Amino acid sequence: MKIQEADAKSLLAAQGLPVPPWQVARDPSAARAAAERFFAAGAERVVVKAQVLVGGRGKAGGVRLAATPDEAEAVARAILALTIKGIPVRKVLVSPAADIVAEYYLAALVDRSARRILVMGSAEGGVEIEEVAARNPAAIVRIHADPYLGLLDWQARRIAFALGLGAHLREAVAIAKGLVATMRANDADLVEVNPLALVREVGPEGIPTERLVCLDAKVTLDDSALPRHPELEAMRDLDEEDPVDLEARRHDISYIRLDGTIGCMVNGAGLAMTTMDLVKRAGGEPANFLDIGGGARADRVAAAMRLILADPNVRAILVNIFGGITRGDEVARGLLEARAAQARTVPMVVRIVGTNADEARRILEAADVETATSLDEAAAKAVAAAARVGPMAAAEPSEANR
Amino acid sequence: MSILVGRSTRLVVQGITGREGEFHARAMLEYGTPLVAGVTPGKGGQRAVDGRVPVFDTVAEAVEATGANTSCIFVPAAGAPDAILEAVAAGIGTIFCITEGIPALDMIPVVAAVEAAGARLVGPNCPGATSPGEAKVGIIPGAIHRPGRVGVVSRSGTLTYEAVQAMTDAGIGQSTCVGIGGDPIVGSSFVDVLRLFAADPETGAIVLIGEIGGSAEEEAAAWAADHLADRPKVAFVAGRTAPEGRRMGHAGAIISGGRGTAASKVAALEAAGFLVASSPSEIPALLRSAGVRD
Repeated sequence: MKIQEADAKSLLAAQGLPVPPWQVARDPSAARAAAERFFAAGAERVVVKAQVLVGGRGKAGGVRLAATPDEAEAVARAILALTIKGIPVRKVLVSPAADIVAEYYLAALVDRSARRILVMGSAEGGVEIEEVAARNPAAIVRIHADPYLGLLDWQARRIAFALGLGAHLREAVAIAKGLVATMRANDADLVEVNPLALVREVGPEGIPTERLVCLDAKVTLDDSALPRHPELEAMRDLDEEDPVDLEARRHDISYIRLDGTIGCMVNGAGLAMTTMDLVKRAGGEPANFLDIGGGARADRVAAAMRLILADPNVRAILVNIFGGITRGDEVARGLLEARAAQARTVPMVVRIVGTNADEARRILEAADVETATSLDEAAAKAVAAAARVGPMAAAEPSEANR
Repeated sequence: MSILVGRSTRLVVQGITGREGEFHARAMLEYGTPLVAGVTPGKGGQRAVDGRVPVFDTVAEAVEATGANTSCIFVPAAGAPDAILEAVAAGIGTIFCITEGIPALDMIPVVAAVEAAGARLVGPNCPGATSPGEAKVGIIPGAIHRPGRVGVVSRSGTLTYEAVQAMTDAGIGQSTCVGIGGDPIVGSSFVDVLRLFAADPETGAIVLIGEIGGSAEEEAAAWAADHLADRPKVAFVAGRTAPEGRRMGHAGAIISGGRGTAASKVAALEAAGFLVASSPSEIPALLRSAGVRD
């Protein structure tokens, strides 16, 4: 699960990491009020940042500076009117602007190949790490945390020295260890600070000092671990979530809406992806990824049918169940019941393999449902059925591909 | 011969008295798998699966009493990492973890401990492995198999069944079919399983079934190019139409930052000498074209 920058920063702050103060505003006047508070506390400028769960905010004009409360309000109004990669901006983060001396990159993530937590750092901050990796791979330091103990002090020191932060060793070590601690405390897949910035501040006696702060933060959480972190579930941004995603999650169905016209209902994630691929290969476009999980239980079949038909673009449904241990006749009856309970009907092509597959076929054909033996055949029939229903009406653009 | 599971397997099922555990234990017995013991803490002394399998409180007792050398875990996600470590501590050499939904960070110390003990873990979130005609461990339906010489390794469940069924229907048998699981952190990678197939003289050809996300397919391709150059190799990669940035069911199936795409995996596999199918139904014909007879 992706969470917003402000939530990510609160997780970092909870581990004692240095994060500049911030406030989230949902309208221009709230942004102005936040800016006024930061100006009153001595800020020379504030930064206003769009809070959306997609990258590329800066390039889209979603991050801007303001020198006065009036300007902060105007900038917030402009940003709140933006739509970034299909997502309307609904809130902004306001924070005092930092006087940046240097920018670094630091992140902790799950390294699948090494089966360890990987900490990556670079002295080239503020740009995407993929860009640095492509241009200058030697500029990235990589250290695997100890599988039992997390990031050790000496490992954190190596990262700090590699980034040229020897003069700020204590701070840099605490931040590197803090990223891994944040990851472990919250079961995150990724904790990324980009930029980690060396900022100039004026101390109480008017003497300038430099210190490291986490200017931006990106955290993604492991969905499998959310049940044991109810406090993190509250960070789910329902504004940016399709209501159908919520419905799918309630029934333990993996559903991802896409832009096509062929609704897919499949058991198993790999087979569900394959079914989409074969729809495309047969000349159609899949309307969704949908994995009903093991057992093809009747309640899930019914919920899956509702989810698929809630998408107005769907012109035909392709059901592909590789039973194995599931009884095909039960799945067939469940499908017919689920279909009968729906107001809207579209052609359905069903392919069931496994126990009692022949009986399943008889049940479906008696109800005038088209069946198929192979997956390729099922995909071709579904594409043909959708074409018979006719050209698609001008459909609303889906946000599925964001 | 075969890999991971076979005639010398002596299986203990952890979580045998649960609904899933008992159901699949019965299917494994019916396939002919030497299932010698079950473990459910607190139910030691009982018998499971219509009285056919003795149940022990601990894996150590099961090993002591039955000589079990392989474990299959159906324990729920909250207890599964501990179940794996218990099997390791009891000296079990090959552990299959079927459980899905284990947080990735829970698995990091577990795979390190498995490795340190010299044991082998397959999964979690995997369907297990079958050596047709010898033994099946896990949840792969037994009926789809046919004994033969093609080694199958996959990250998926039902997609593997699809591919294996297509092979069996075409008269092409399998030496062993292994599902390594779709989670980000798994005990055995494609390369780990390919290494076993490479050392198995009765595995004459390889079928690899991958999906989007991570770089396991690319790593497998590089390894196979060096070590399996002389054997026919066929692959299929699911997710050519998957959008970037969305998790496609499996926790590990996600394209991020332009990495982990099907196109990249297909290119790597083709460069390593794999024939890449564009549908699972094409796998048998590609195997035939590469010289596989049965």
